Amino acid sequence: MVSRVKVGDRVRVRKGSLVYEGVVLPKSEFSSENVLVIKLDNGYNVGVDVSDAEVEVIEENVVRFHEPGLSRSVVRGGGNLKITFLSTGGTIVSKVDYETGAVRPAITATELLEAVPEFADYASELAVIEFSRLFSEDLTPAYWAELGSEVGRLIESGVDGVLIAHGTDTMTYTASALAFALRNLPVPVVLVGSQRSSDRPSSDSVLNMRASLAIFKEAPFGEVVVCMHGTISDDYVLAHRGVKVRKMHSSRRDAFQSINDAPLARVDFPSMKFKLLNPRFIARGRREDFQTVSKFSDRVALLKFYPGMECGIIDLLVDKGYRAIVIEGTGLGHVRNACVDSVARATEEGVLTVVTTQTIFGRVNMNVYSTGRRLLKAGAIPGHDILSEVAYVKLSWMLGSYPGLERKDYVELFHKNIAYEYNPIHKDSLFPVWSHEY
Amino acid sequence: MSIDYSSIGLRVGIEIHQQLATKEKLFCSCPAELASDETPKREVRRFLKVAKSEVGEVDPAAQYEIMKGRNIIYEVPENHACLVELDEEPPHDLNREAVLITLAIAKALNSTPVDEIEVMRKIVVDGSNTTGFQRTAIVAVGGYLVDDDGLIRIQTICLEEDAARKVDEGRGYVKYNLDRLGIPLIEIATGPDIRSPEQAMRVAFKLGLLLRLSGKVKRGIGTIRQDLNISIKGGVKTEVKGVGRLELIPKVVEYEVSRQLRLLEIRDELIKRGVKESDLPYLMVDATDVFLSSKSRLVSSSLSKGLRIYAAPLKGFGGLLKIELMPGRRFGTELSDYAKAWGGVGGIIHSDELPSYGISEEEREAVFRLLSLDRERDAYVLVISDAESAERALKAVMDRARHALIGIPKETRAANPDGTTRYMRPQPGAMRMYPETDIRPIPVTQELLEEAERLKPPTPEDLLTRLVREHKLAKTLAEQLIRDPLIHTYLNLVEELGDKVQPHVIATTLMIHLKGLKSEGLDVSLIDEQTLKTVLEKVGENILSKDAVPEILREYSLKKGEVSLEELIKKYTGIGVGELEKLIDEVIETLRETLLTKKEKAFNIVMGEVMKKVRGRIDGKVVAETVRKKLKEALGT
Repeated sequence: MVSRVKVGDRVRVRKGSLVYEGVVLPKSEFSSENVLVIKLDNGYNVGVDVSDAEVEVIEENVVRFHEPGLSRSVVRGGGNLKITFLSTGGTIVSKVDYETGAVRPAITATELLEAVPEFADYASELAVIEFSRLFSEDLTPAYWAELGSEVGRLIESGVDGVLIAHGTDTMTYTASALAFALRNLPVPVVLVGSQRSSDRPSSDSVLNMRASLAIFKEAPFGEVVVCMHGTISDDYVLAHRGVKVRKMHSSRRDAFQSINDAPLARVDFPSMKFKLLNPRFIARGRREDFQTVSKFSDRVALLKFYPGMECGIIDLLVDKGYRAIVIEGTGLGHVRNACVDSVARATEEGVLTVVTTQTIFGRVNMNVYSTGRRLLKAGAIPGHDILSEVAYVKLSWMLGSYPGLERKDYVELFHKNIAYEYNPIHKDSLFPVWSHEY
Repeated sequence: MSIDYSSIGLRVGIEIHQQLATKEKLFCSCPAELASDETPKREVRRFLKVAKSEVGEVDPAAQYEIMKGRNIIYEVPENHACLVELDEEPPHDLNREAVLITLAIAKALNSTPVDEIEVMRKIVVDGSNTTGFQRTAIVAVGGYLVDDDGLIRIQTICLEEDAARKVDEGRGYVKYNLDRLGIPLIEIATGPDIRSPEQAMRVAFKLGLLLRLSGKVKRGIGTIRQDLNISIKGGVKTEVKGVGRLELIPKVVEYEVSRQLRLLEIRDELIKRGVKESDLPYLMVDATDVFLSSKSRLVSSSLSKGLRIYAAPLKGFGGLLKIELMPGRRFGTELSDYAKAWGGVGGIIHSDELPSYGISEEEREAVFRLLSLDRERDAYVLVISDAESAERALKAVMDRARHALIGIPKETRAANPDGTTRYMRPQPGAMRMYPETDIRPIPVTQELLEEAERLKPPTPEDLLTRLVREHKLAKTLAEQLIRDPLIHTYLNLVEELGDKVQPHVIATTLMIHLKGLKSEGLDVSLIDEQTLKTVLEKVGENILSKDAVPEILREYSLKKGEVSLEELIKKYTGIGVGELEKLIDEVIETLRETLLTKKEKAFNIVMGEVMKKVRGRIDGKVVAETVRKKLKEALGT
């Protein structure tokens, strides 16, 4: 009885004295087996157990549920910027997923423009490319390589700005990958996401995208930045340096904050006023100096140290052929003394071991305690104030783009401040002050 | 008003929204309670964008709200809202206690629970929900309520989250407090089975009583709200939101019927006059020059603020704008409502109401000439504002005026305190809903149903039995009581005073004394529950005689609060038998001569004199006995 009913059919379900009439919707993976989810004419969905009901199909395929292919389109506007909007997937371009009951990437980027009419005021030409429909947690170093090449091509074609819609969970990784891959950027590259899905009226994505327009128009920097809400109000959006930003909350719209560095700029609403916040920036480069170096290795691991960690894990990674390991150590950059030998062995095998800190804020200093000194002697490379995630991406980029270098050259390259992933000066104001009034 | 409601095909459906008395909110663990004025709070500012609904069509109601393009400010009261209300964290699981209460009430209404509860997002972009949608779910369908005039079908029973509480609104902004957002609400929707204004009130009352008897709903102002869907033959279904008081329901229905009838008459008149849609193009004319030397203070002060006066012609509408649709609300008022809602202007001035506002007949005529209109047959509206607001306002007015040729627009209206209604917004389309994917569907299991069965509210018959057996009320009094909205006051008072004051004293006070005062034509609106409680408390403490209650209430109403309740209580504070005897002695002494000549009437004379002085302060029976005794002593009769 139930099997001949298809999603999208209009049905009448008789159950005892009750009659439900409506369109069958795909059900969530949590729904029970015999339940049919029906959208009633009043707009409500109800779940009806049809094992003891009579189901009659009134009309087939009243609604069709299908996903269109990846789209590309160009629109012209009244501004003077050539902007390319590139969508990778994630919450900023999302739609309801009936199978899982969750939000998933689906809405075409074109539809998104309806939500941000200001594009037409700033752009002379707006190209919209749906590059992929992936959750940000499903992205890989191979994907960064492709994305880096695509953005590189766009910039060489002379665009004034690239806006990338990206899921928020791994935005730091992709932003860093692009920051390393796109050398001497002549224009800003902006990543935006949304912490509240774009299908809802309260989505933060609109403001985040609008902020990018002010960045393209007014920012003096040629960097990869992440534009996200500065507070939980719709007051201003911050442009964070891609290699210094971190998602610091699982759900708040101001989750993204600069770590060990000041945000580059802010854009106020509704005035759209641009304000530079950080005088230490990489200025826009000359177009002829622009270069794309976009290869990434997947032979890098990121390991979080914990008390009692078995040192064999490090050996295992070395034996599996990993070429570099970021160990997120404790405090100033430590792992248990027992693991020093494993680090030494890794070094002997030509594996780079970088140590960063779990405290997120501050920098490692492996000279202070004997454990740190022993680790340095074993070949551990101190990560200074680089974020663990960024260290991971940088190693992947180094090994992918510059294969076969000597260890000392790799160490030198790792410590070279390529995209301002290191900040030599930590002002006390860079550490957030928590409110202690509850 | 004598309207034969069956001949005009009156159909009314009721939607009752009632807050549930759960410990926590529907989708988070914040307390389901309002904050106080002293609660410290922070503010968060937001904008909302219009969301595409699931099927991809932008909803007209949603679009309309967004057109208002406002800043939304949220007050975040300490300990009454968390990241969930702020839309900074996904909702937690649906509150199980709320589901159980809803299922229990559904059972009492003979309704059938769905097998799986699917939480939906209903788009609401006025800012009252931080998300831009209200979360709501059908818990049960079908069922019925027994009414004297037949069965009233129940259509759906929903569980939903209450919206944020509006605390302020001004030009370009609206402010809400987040304490109310997320408090569970049960929504009961009846079918359009109600056929008269009185029946509408009765059904609302019965539903309200049933909810109350569950013991699981909140009480007090703002915890229950009634919406009415009203239609007549040839008219449309109008939604009236927010009818707070039960007694207002018959009026709201009557007035809406009257409005629809008048609007249909206006349509017929327009057709008779041969007015066509093409006669009503949108045209905005700057009429400021006409008023440059106006004596109207409204005009001159507006012009000095840099505002201008814009006019729009309404060909063929002469004399129609002053037709009264409901008490105090004319067809012109309807147009004004549109101008206010869409243009954010203070209202309109129309030619039918001129001269007034200090605007002269000459100025009225001049605008007719400016617009090349016939001053008998045509009409116009004026808006005093900036050009942009005027344009939006006048476009809305013209749209509304054009609709008058077709009939009655489908509107959502808001109830005024006097039972009239005002335009609120166009009716939302059907596709305002899509699934709330952050919340798993909830299977209605056998276990849930059994648990709900135990929470099922007693029926009114159960209540009747309780009133007779436990409260010792006379059956007729109890029967009257359970059919009267005062039952709520009665139950509240019994709950608060039950161990001090006998229930029958409370019941008598309400059903005999209070009603008596009302039927005498007294304004008893001053007598609220607190007043009754204060007075009855004194009876319980033996400070007042129960006979004093009607006297105090009467005097309190008559003096309209000029005399404080405390003073009245003092005045009627009971006297002892000793004092009474002294008083009787004095009366007999003064009247001795008269009494001796009219022995047979002595009792009545003394009784009358004494009662003048002690009415309400001591039981009348005691007075009579004492008077008899004293007369015997004094006169030997």
